[in-house]
Amino acid sequence: MSTLLAPIVNLGNWLWGLLAAAVVWVVGQEFAPAVMLTIETLLLIVCIVAPLMGAVAYLTLWERKLIGWMQIRIGPNRVTFFGIPWLGGLAQPVADGLKLLVKEIIVPTGSSKLLFILAPIMAITPALAAWAVVPFSPELILANIDAGLLYVMAITSMGVYGIIIAGWASNSKYAFLGAMRSAAQMVSYELAMGFALVCVLMAAQSLNLGDIVRMQEGGWGFLGWFWIPLFPIFLVYLISGVAETNRAPFDVAEGESEIVAGFHVEYSGMAFAIFFLAEYANMILISTMASIMFLGGWLSPVPAALAEAIGLPWLAAGNFGWLLVKLFLVVSSFLWFRATFPRYRYDQIMRLGWKVFLPLTIAYIVVLGAWMQTPLWIWWK
Amino acid sequence: MTFSEFVFYFFAAILVLSALGVITSRNPVHAALLLVLAFCTSAAIWMLLQAEFLAITLVLVYVGAVMVLFLFVVMMLDINMARLREGFWSYLPLGGLVAALLVAEMVIVLGGRYAGFHDMPGPPPLPAGYSNTKELGRLVYTEYVYPFEIAAVILLVAIVSAIALTLRRRKESKYIDPARQVAARASERVRIVKMPVEKKEQE
Repeated sequence: MSTLLAPIVNLGNWLWGLLAAAVVWVVGQEFAPAVMLTIETLLLIVCIVAPLMGAVAYLTLWERKLIGWMQIRIGPNRVTFFGIPWLGGLAQPVADGLKLLVKEIIVPTGSSKLLFILAPIMAITPALAAWAVVPFSPELILANIDAGLLYVMAITSMGVYGIIIAGWASNSKYAFLGAMRSAAQMVSYELAMGFALVCVLMAAQSLNLGDIVRMQEGGWGFLGWFWIPLFPIFLVYLISGVAETNRAPFDVAEGESEIVAGFHVEYSGMAFAIFFLAEYANMILISTMASIMFLGGWLSPVPAALAEAIGLPWLAAGNFGWLLVKLFLVVSSFLWFRATFPRYRYDQIMRLGWKVFLPLTIAYIVVLGAWMQTPLWIWWK
Repeated sequence: MTFSEFVFYFFAAILVLSALGVITSRNPVHAALLLVLAFCTSAAIWMLLQAEFLAITLVLVYVGAVMVLFLFVVMMLDINMARLREGFWSYLPLGGLVAALLVAEMVIVLGGRYAGFHDMPGPPPLPAGYSNTKELGRLVYTEYVYPFEIAAVILLVAIVSAIALTLRRRKESKYIDPARQVAARASERVRIVKMPVEKKEQE
């Protein structure tokens, strides 16, 4: 394998050296390292964002298929690649994307034009920027920073601006109502989410996402992960995550049957598509964070002793594949919720956020702090 | 000019321009959004000073929470510029005095010679594994634990008083008890009435 790849690696190294020399020639010796670092980071960002966008596109297909099966329908099964019948439905996201790309973007009269265009961009930027600190495997991470958890909290808290601005700039009452609803909802659930993260960082003794995963390691497989000691917090995080991404049953910001499509009612074509992409990218992000913090990230669910006993020791090794599996299961549960529950009434949403989740998480911080001082806490490293 | 100086001037320029925009913009929503931009760029400048905890907390607290509520209120205001301008001349002396004070303070601080900044040594470079967050947490909960707790209690009192000032119960509002709603059963609410089938009379 490595001998086959050697020429490609050599070619890559040679091209990289050429680029480095060109950069030195253009900007001079002093600025060259900084410019090279910028180019390298940009390339790595593309390596993360491009597969993410693909995943988002196919998540929409998976959602329609899964909900279809749950409702005893087939789901999309017509659009196919090159006329091959057994690929039926697989090209649906490509067709949808093309359709949205060629449609006209209509800017309503009396709208604030600059902000109207800026809003979708402000919605998707935080959804993508948060991926910088996500550890995919022990080595695979773009920015291994100490305050990773804080960074994710800060970045995701900016996601609400896209929605508020879209609602305001549209010059439409439905859009404005949707923006107001979603702003109140996201601010309320962010508090519960923040306190849930405090519990995680207490248990992990670190804000670094890689260290949080390493703290759950210990040869016990899925029994060593934080979902056991932090089970109530895991549930709170998952439900708040559904509310944060404005997904059903918390989708009052869109509320098709009440306010048409809520904050993006005036958006068409690619501008609408970007809101759509942001929602799905956020969903994948929340699922990844839940997998990392409560389900052991890249760690294997198989206990080391069991893997030895059945003669498959590689099963206990942690890698990116395990994270993908966990992520897929959590994302699918988002779709499952949507197919199962009717929409919450608005006062019930507010009550759940402020009167149930917030006291629960604060009480659990105290319980956890006391628990960690006793010998019963077995998750120390 | 080193790269970090370039980054500093880049963010500083955005910060100054957006701060100017906050006070010159006619639309309050635009002003609030420019203030958000100003917070984000000043967080980037703090990051250059290796104060990563403060920088991220600035974004988290001010951009993520305070400004969202601010924008929420500003969007719902119906602002009439003509009526706002009415009081301009009566407020001018007081505003001018405050502005002059601020300018004087800035000159004293930025002048440097009076504040003695050139005598101050720069902070020592920190090792790579140094965690700003951990150090701050340790100091706040050990050395400065009493001031920290007192500040927390004062904030709690402020929250309670703000809620007490605005909380008013309207007599005509109907209160819903969620426990009673959950406990409701169909057998208590629905009465199925059996009626004998009646034949339509033939004409």
